Amino acid sequence: MSGWRRKDLLTIADLSSDEIELILETAESFREVSRRPVKKVPTLRGKTVVNLFFEPSTRTRSSFEIAEKRLSADTINFSAGSSGLVKGEGLVDTALNLQAMNPDLIVIRHAHPGVPQLLAGRIAAGVINAGDGAHEHPTQALLDALTIRQHKKRIEGLKIGIVGDIEHSRVVRSNIHLLTKMGASVTVGGPRTMMPAGLGKMGVVVAHDLEAAIDGADVIMMLRVQMERQSRARFPSVREYFNLFGLTRERLKAAKRGAIILHPGPMNRGVEIASDVADGPYSVILEQVANGVAVRMAVLYLLSGVRAEEA
Amino acid sequence: MRLLIQGGRLVDPSQKRDGRFDLLIEDGRVKKVAESIALPRGAEVLDVSDLVVVPGLIDMHVHLREPGQEYKETVETGTRAAAAGGFTAVACMPNTDPVNDNRSVSERIIGEAEKYGLARVYPIGAVSKGQRGEELAEVGDMVAGGVVGLSDDGFPVGSSELMRRALEYSRHFDLAVIQHAEDLTLGPDGVMHEGEYSTRLGLPGLPGAAEDIMVARDIVLQQDCGGRYHVAHLSTERSLELVRQAKTRGQSVTCEVTPHHLLLTDEEILSSNLSTDTKMKPPLRSEQDRRALLDGLVDGTVDVIASDHAPHHADEKDVEFSLAPFGIVGLETTVSLCLDRLVRPGLISLARLVELLSATPARILGVDGGSLAEGSRADVSLLALDRQVTVNPRKFRGKSRNTPFGGWKLRGRPAGTLLAGRRVEP
Ligand SMILES: [Zn+2]
Repeated sequence: MSGWRRKDLLTIADLSSDEIELILETAESFREVSRRPVKKVPTLRGKTVVNLFFEPSTRTRSSFEIAEKRLSADTINFSAGSSGLVKGEGLVDTALNLQAMNPDLIVIRHAHPGVPQLLAGRIAAGVINAGDGAHEHPTQALLDALTIRQHKKRIEGLKIGIVGDIEHSRVVRSNIHLLTKMGASVTVGGPRTMMPAGLGKMGVVVAHDLEAAIDGADVIMMLRVQMERQSRARFPSVREYFNLFGLTRERLKAAKRGAIILHPGPMNRGVEIASDVADGPYSVILEQVANGVAVRMAVLYLLSGVRAEEA
Repeated sequence: MRLLIQGGRLVDPSQKRDGRFDLLIEDGRVKKVAESIALPRGAEVLDVSDLVVVPGLIDMHVHLREPGQEYKETVETGTRAAAAGGFTAVACMPNTDPVNDNRSVSERIIGEAEKYGLARVYPIGAVSKGQRGEELAEVGDMVAGGVVGLSDDGFPVGSSELMRRALEYSRHFDLAVIQHAEDLTLGPDGVMHEGEYSTRLGLPGLPGAAEDIMVARDIVLQQDCGGRYHVAHLSTERSLELVRQAKTRGQSVTCEVTPHHLLLTDEEILSSNLSTDTKMKPPLRSEQDRRALLDGLVDGTVDVIASDHAPHHADEKDVEFSLAPFGIVGLETTVSLCLDRLVRPGLISLARLVELLSATPARILGVDGGSLAEGSRADVSLLALDRQVTVNPRKFRGKSRNTPFGGWKLRGRPAGTLLAGRRVEP
């Protein structure tokens, strides 16, 4: 497989639809590996992958780690506070230290937007953005796309409603870029207190109630609500949030019949989504998790073939 | 000592002059201005036949960082940057360590500037003790020490009570109160302008309204209390409109804008891949705001161009965008940017630029300058309108390099300054 020319995967905004297509096709072929009795291929044997997590994230980190191990890579985990490498050290020094260890790939999660770019510009290793603040989370959008395609056979022409805390969500930004590039029409909705300025300029329709956001939708994506927003006057209470913006079976009727429901996790049951919906027949939340491994394997594989000097 | 400045184009709006004039300088003052002056015995000649001669330029908003943060800038390096940038004087903000809220700090800054003689330094005194926004600083004592304006710049005067008392008290000394207008409770985590690009980048926003609210409040207070109110680094369309309306009512309200707010927008943060040299306060605003500021420059609502020269060490800027300090340097780029991007395309005349960079700041600060009329002090800036420059931060005379204009190719540059008739060697 060829055609991949990038050293890093930093944002979906940078990618062409052909590149997105290539990752998704590659991921399809890696799904099979995870179903084998011996779930391991030698693809990344002898390669070193560093997982650098400045923010706690069991979910994304373990998904990357499983993907790395299934590709036979040597993996090292650093997380903020747990090691001298990142504790109290400036980011630039961290980058220099990492460079000195000469890893092949670095997976980074950081609270501040732009950090993966900063790192990628200073380091020969390929850098994979595993979430930078509220900016982007490219592999999440890719695994969402893979999941949608498995169910709907396509992305082009689909109607997709995304509901929740849009302002603070990196998942939304990556998804908006990906889904609009692939020809879907995207409506985002949520409390006005969590809708950032100028959202319409990103090529989406903006709605302000749940029914309008999911009206006629083929795909519904619910976002996690972070409880600390309550203290910052973004919403008055969990109860009220659920009453106005929680996805219930009743509200689901606004969507198209057979609409699938995604959630990037971790879920707050009874806050953004009712349990019977989360566990219901149209929920594909656990498939997302499985696809996460395949997508990350694909990304690791594609990037491992490109070193700085070729990029 | 006599000096004949010969053959140049004199642009002095205070005298409505724009044309070929010779200037005879004697004992630091302009002795005579005429189309042609015969060389007096014993006088030196400065041939400026390819240059423009203007009243000494004044940057009324800079941070010299001394005392306390000499690793970023000192009075020496800051005035060297000023001289290299074509300025004969700067007004420096009081957010030093210790804060310039007392006479001894003011005197120390002035003394340091006099030691090097590169440019005049006019200290702006703090409005409040320690810039804490609580009690008034000893304004009278600071005025005796040379302070020419009041500001808590960097920290807005948040308390309405303190602002009205400052406006009232400043009247005893006829000082302008210079406000960094920002309601800090609005967009408390913001690091860039709130709009399309903050949304794209997922960065917390600083809404334009935070500036507008403060400008509106202060204009209301000025209406009741009098005093002279000056908006520092005004950056939004609506704040400008508020100033315009206040002026129409005859209020004593003025404002300055920076070259970066006139020439760059928040899109620059995305296109520069989050360069921390695009991070300052107020933040780079929207294209609509930028166009409004240009209109204000043309219609006269904008009184002053000032750089908000804010040096930071490279190590401080070489971090995550969200964590980087606000501010960029400007002393060594302002003149070329204005000549190339404002005067050359015909947006404003050279005479208007001289008002913005010399006559009006002198008037607002109540200092000598802004004119080369006979009898006035011979602080002179020389400009080379056709000289091409490429902005090279590594060649800056100042200590810091944090500019978003590196690599810009500009036509027009400063070509030297004179302080009381003496050539300055930056
Ligand atoms: Zn300021």
